[in-house]
Amino acid sequence: MATAHAHDDHHDHAPGFVSRWLYSTNHKDIGTLYILFSLFAGIIGIGISLLMRIELQQPGMQIFADGQSWNAMVSAHGLIMVFFVIMPALIGGFGNWFVPIMIGAPDMAFPRLNNISFWLLVPAFLLLGGSMFVGQGAGAGWTIYPPLSDSQYQPGMSMDMALFALHLAGASSILGAANFITTILNMRAPGMTLHKMPLFVWSMLVTAFLLLLAVPVLGGAITMLITDRNFGTAFFRPEGGGDPVLFQHLFWFFGHPEVYIMILPAFGIVSHVVSTFSKKPVFGYLGMAYAMVAIGVVGFVVWAHHMYQSGMDVDTRAYFMAATMVIAVPTGVKIFSWIATMWGGSMRYDTPMLFAIGFIFLFTVGGVTGVVLANASITQILHNTYYVVAHFHYVLSLGAVFGIYCGIYYWIGKMSGRQYPEMLGKIHFWMTFIGVNLTFFPMHFLGNQGMPRRYPDYADAHAGWNLIASLGAYLSIASFVFFFFVMWVTFRRGAVAAANPWGEGATTLEWQVPSPPAFHTFEELPRIR
Amino acid sequence: MASSAHAAPAHAATAAGQEPAPPHKHPYHLVDPSPWPLVGAFSGGAMLFGIVLNSHEGNRWMFLAGLAGLLFTMFMWWRDVLKESRQPGVHTPIVRLGLRYGMMLFIASEVMFFVAFFWAYFHYAIFPENVLGAEHAVWPPAGIKTFDPFHLPLLNTMILLLSGCTVTWAHHGVIHNDRKALIQGLALTVLLGLSFTGLQVLEYMEAPFAFAGGGIYSSTFFLATGFHGFHVMVGTIFLAVCLFRAMAGQFTAERHFGFEAAAWYWHFVDVVWLFLFVAIYVLGAGSSGH
Repeated sequence: MATAHAHDDHHDHAPGFVSRWLYSTNHKDIGTLYILFSLFAGIIGIGISLLMRIELQQPGMQIFADGQSWNAMVSAHGLIMVFFVIMPALIGGFGNWFVPIMIGAPDMAFPRLNNISFWLLVPAFLLLGGSMFVGQGAGAGWTIYPPLSDSQYQPGMSMDMALFALHLAGASSILGAANFITTILNMRAPGMTLHKMPLFVWSMLVTAFLLLLAVPVLGGAITMLITDRNFGTAFFRPEGGGDPVLFQHLFWFFGHPEVYIMILPAFGIVSHVVSTFSKKPVFGYLGMAYAMVAIGVVGFVVWAHHMYQSGMDVDTRAYFMAATMVIAVPTGVKIFSWIATMWGGSMRYDTPMLFAIGFIFLFTVGGVTGVVLANASITQILHNTYYVVAHFHYVLSLGAVFGIYCGIYYWIGKMSGRQYPEMLGKIHFWMTFIGVNLTFFPMHFLGNQGMPRRYPDYADAHAGWNLIASLGAYLSIASFVFFFFVMWVTFRRGAVAAANPWGEGATTLEWQVPSPPAFHTFEELPRIR
Repeated sequence: MASSAHAAPAHAATAAGQEPAPPHKHPYHLVDPSPWPLVGAFSGGAMLFGIVLNSHEGNRWMFLAGLAGLLFTMFMWWRDVLKESRQPGVHTPIVRLGLRYGMMLFIASEVMFFVAFFWAYFHYAIFPENVLGAEHAVWPPAGIKTFDPFHLPLLNTMILLLSGCTVTWAHHGVIHNDRKALIQGLALTVLLGLSFTGLQVLEYMEAPFAFAGGGIYSSTFFLATGFHGFHVMVGTIFLAVCLFRAMAGQFTAERHFGFEAAAWYWHFVDVVWLFLFVAIYVLGAGSSGH
């Protein structure tokens, strides 16, 4: 609060517990809160996947009573992972921690706004979590398409609670995005031009613009859905003349940028890690930066490739197919630039680098299946099959989540002052790598066999690969538990981290300050070159 | 930035040493810990959960409590910001530039919020075949009697355009340290904003189609114009706060970002109305109505 002694306590000591963690205006503390929140939500989200894979381990109904409770769990898994695990960790967590430090700023532009961005997620998560236990749950998938999400098919409170949870999470994202853009454009240290800015900061700048422009459209769409459900409007209700396909357009105008919102920060982290552990600057820095800008821009004009089966005419499908394939070009620029960065480098295979290389390989697999699915004609066959599930888990579960692990191992020494144990980190990587591939690679085959998404049961013919996928999921979940063990060892026994534990390859500003950095990082602004 | 013309004198003042130095070696504002983000977040959550409770259980207390908490938060939070703005060396020129970025970005996100409602409208108005269950693909749908665009809507357009002039008058007042012009311009703008809201309420009362159960035309009409009307009210309150601050002498020719932000917001609301007027009232009037 602003009081007469407002500026007396700007020395380097942290305020008391309540002030520090509940009323925080410090980007590093808020970043820590985001990461802890994301890990907590991750436990719930991965717990739901455990239930799902137990159900799907063999044909027939195992633990779920009916399709609605299955649908409610699938929806909760998707929404939790997207809005409460990946986004808080990558954007709120690492973005908050490292954007100000990397640009040489003492904090974010709007520290109070930063704190409300975090705290809005808590009631949002309570509403979404509560929706699983009220009535029949919100069982319309993370895409919440009407008519399945309207009051006829989801009559209870749960669906409205889930929609309002999205409103709160959306408000959090919009405010956070405005904060990041202002911070990056207004608070770079003297000499740090846009073209000298680290790639992680570039990735956050593009991500923030996507959030700022895409999330309000989702806000409008779910507002219409809420008024349809509660106040008698007919935006998506055919009995009043409304068209459910409109919702799909609005949702995917948000939803497609949203998938880049989840992956771009991981691109940024991987660029830093690949450069650090190859002891080389990133190959084609400007190309890397503008590839992300291009992905962001083109990402706004490809949304209807999610809707090839909605009755669009063939010309529209041809356009969206061509535009979607264009995205492969800047994405290819990034993949090849990472490989070129490693080429001839003096490489070290520490855990962050393993996750970065794993990311590049697995994201490429997911990207290639994405090009397959971009074809409107092939999607006639593959739409809503497990092939799609395999595709988006390769880019998210194996892409964005590998980005999170990559960032945690890369920066844990910086954030906590303690370095992780290298051997345990490597064991965690291999458990995760084998587990997730065992889970999701067979889903390509299941999709090609025609197994549809979002059913708790399936034909006996799909039993074999489903069993393997479930076993892989158990290994992945075990690796997640093991990750907590690694973190526990890090905090209890980890070696004290030097300011720069990675050596000459690590060149960005966060490695110039102590581990952990002072409560206020830069009392005096650094000068760049 | 649009305001560079007004920022220039502030920089000149820095050079002349009139701008007080911040208490640390950088020009940024490190904000002290504040309870309002936490209180505001949970109040917002309670308000939205209250809407659910009201719809399904008929219980409105949660909604009212959340709304009260949110309004209280807004009051206390912005009161803190205004206090800080009066402390020397806190809102330095670069901090004020940051506030400008923030307001611009907020307005950009608001524009995208309205895009959703215009998209919904055009989905049916340009492609009436998307109106399911209709016998003929026409817009407005058969049987809908629309408003005469050159009656109340035109008057409202004139009111908002005029208010754009009066707020610019006030802006010139503050730039030239003419406090009387500032106050008169702001007072007139607030009055025009209130008249717009009043006329819009009148129009809603005379509407020949109902909000609930009125079908796709009334859904798109009421949500697009309704959210605009809500933004007019927010803008009017914002301008009214600026009016009080102007009367308290808190604006100078160099430093009046609060006023500028309110004026930008007002112009944004104005532009949204022009699109609503052209798209919904004029082009969407059809031949069946009035």
